[in-house]
Amino acid sequence: MADNVYDAIVVGSGISGGWAAKELTEKGLKTILLERGRNVEHVKDYVNARKDPWDFPHRGRRTQQMIEDYPVLKRDYPLQETNLDFWVNEKESPYTEIKRFDWYRGYQVGGRSLMWGRQSYRLSDLDFEANLKDGIAVDWPIRYKDLAPWYSYVEKFAGISGSRDGIPQLPDGDFMPPMEMNCVEKDVAQRLKDHYKGDRHMIIGRVANITQPHHNRANCQYRNKCWLGCPFGGYFSTQSSTLPAAMATGNLTLRPFSIVTKVIYDKDTKRAKGVEVLDAETNQTYEYFAKVVFLNASTLNTTWVLMNSATDVWDGGLGSSSGVLGHNLMDHHFRAGASGVAEGYEDKYVYGRRPNGIYIPRFRNVNGDKRDYLRGFGYQGGAGREGWGREIAELGIGGDLKDALSEPGQWTMGITGFGETLPYHENKVTLDKDKKDKWGLPVLAIDAEIKENEKKMRKDMMADAQEMLEAAGLKDVHTYDAGYALGQGIHEMGTARMGRDPKSSVLNAHNQVWDAPNVYVTDGAAMTSAGCQNPSLTYMALTARAVDHAVGELKRQNI
Amino acid sequence: MNRREALSAVGWILGGTLVSADLLVACTSKPTKVNDLFDVDQVAFLNEVGETILPETSTPGAKAADVGSLMAVMVQDCYTKEDQDIFLKGISQIDEASEDKYGKKFMKLDQKQRTALLTALDQEQQKYQAEKAPEAPNHYFRMMKELTLFGFFTSEVGATKALRYVETPGRYDGCMPYKKGDRAWAT
Repeated sequence: MADNVYDAIVVGSGISGGWAAKELTEKGLKTILLERGRNVEHVKDYVNARKDPWDFPHRGRRTQQMIEDYPVLKRDYPLQETNLDFWVNEKESPYTEIKRFDWYRGYQVGGRSLMWGRQSYRLSDLDFEANLKDGIAVDWPIRYKDLAPWYSYVEKFAGISGSRDGIPQLPDGDFMPPMEMNCVEKDVAQRLKDHYKGDRHMIIGRVANITQPHHNRANCQYRNKCWLGCPFGGYFSTQSSTLPAAMATGNLTLRPFSIVTKVIYDKDTKRAKGVEVLDAETNQTYEYFAKVVFLNASTLNTTWVLMNSATDVWDGGLGSSSGVLGHNLMDHHFRAGASGVAEGYEDKYVYGRRPNGIYIPRFRNVNGDKRDYLRGFGYQGGAGREGWGREIAELGIGGDLKDALSEPGQWTMGITGFGETLPYHENKVTLDKDKKDKWGLPVLAIDAEIKENEKKMRKDMMADAQEMLEAAGLKDVHTYDAGYALGQGIHEMGTARMGRDPKSSVLNAHNQVWDAPNVYVTDGAAMTSAGCQNPSLTYMALTARAVDHAVGELKRQNI
Repeated sequence: MNRREALSAVGWILGGTLVSADLLVACTSKPTKVNDLFDVDQVAFLNEVGETILPETSTPGAKAADVGSLMAVMVQDCYTKEDQDIFLKGISQIDEASEDKYGKKFMKLDQKQRTALLTALDQEQQKYQAEKAPEAPNHYFRMMKELTLFGFFTSEVGATKALRYVETPGRYDGCMPYKKGDRAWAT
């Protein structure tokens, strides 16, 4: 076999690309995993993971230089000192904002699987049937039963801890033992159950942190430093989980610094032959050939690759014959909710830093509830005692202040909504051929915003949070809307959606590009609607399912 | 020592002599800079301000955590130019307030006087902060107090002596008994 010929090519090494590489190699396919950024080796390259807070020159805070260098990252919490190397160099890789769009990217082996929030929830038929029932966008070409076994499959390998709660709109999975709620959260959960008579639930977050040793990984050590990379392998990342499995097969070649510029499309066979790669270090161009290509470059970059491919056949690129490539960009809108004070727990505290919170599954527009907007939202949050950063105005300065701040403060609890955004055709990305990145490649122009449906929902996200916290007995409950711009949820989805008709979708029910059936897209680009659940677990399940399909089709010589 | 090393040592001494002469001149005029904005005297001053805000009690105070040095780094690297100017001017304003009230500079005050002076400034900043427009800059003493608290409680001394710190807890207990006086967890 020539050194540029493989059975399979995977573009991107984040959550879904790592899964594609694992599944393909375990099924015996010689696979090359192409990653545009540098390599990050498990444990060895987690350079800040064992540092103490005082080891950082600015104790984690952002400098003026960082603010200047990261005009997008600075808009929210990701810009700080402790894991800056895991975020994209924005000067090298700009993009165009026709409207404000926050795009937080991780260009390295492992992608954002290193820094993700790890909340892992299944979609249900409430989500898969939503577009059909509401008569918007297009219908998902799959239902929960199609994905359920694959959810189980990926949960068992990734290691998702959580409780089985029997909530239809948030199906239970194959979980490791759940993390524990603290005493305030336990009481709030019980009071909500009593007050809402079982219509609303508060559960412990289902999270990709393992609570038992698993595949040479140590269980979570409750350090809450996941996004520095975990030296214990306590959470799911490409590095801790899928990459070692793929490597163990002997079938994987990992090539960092490989920017895939296009899928090489053969118009005679109507199949992809491989991909073209620009070496990010040498600027040399290479071609790699394979029978099947998986695009897992992250939602918007996967669409960027498609738009740059087969332009001799379709001006808009591979998949553009649908008329929807680049359209229906979605995210989860959040940063609206409420918080309050829990009294009566002064003799209680916690030990350990739990990297997880509580979750309140969607209850709006469910079970006969009807609002003046479509879909709904879930809440994430938690309770804890205040730390030294609290204000004690009456103590001013001096020894009493220091001693008071050396003790924990009152218990507070906050919840913030994560709401579904609808797929709007006019929320779109296009190629901006006038602006080039460091490598002379055209960049994406993003033109998207939230609309009335989301804005109405945000009012409920605040009001319902207040009502529930007050029903649970909390005092001084305040609502907030800290403002939100599309992309800020770091859950960008859509732009190459699955569907039932090649005239209105880019991908079929197995994530194959209608116009090139040996090209599979299984990252967030494939999403037909957004749900309100954190989406990564769905990408994992879609990927494992699609690889199973691809290998079957290869055997049947259909692709 | 071989010949090459001996020669280079001489060269170093010669160079050192030049530096020493330079320092000698410097000592008579300006104290050594710690960075572009602060010198050692200002760091010592900020350590005393910090110690007055968070003094040694049964646990060490802010000076033991060298919050003055951290303030110099944070103001230089993390503050905007506008906030840097307010902060630096604040150092002289404290001395001016001290001269007005006690007829001498802050560093010459005894601990009781320092506490009285900074307590008044803290009341001034609280009033100012409550009344200012949201986009208006913070009061300089607000900045000093914030950096003192931040610098102290994130320092090794603050995190391990005033607070409790466990790098790797290894487990989670969501309902641990607590009694008044038990220290808070750092981070």
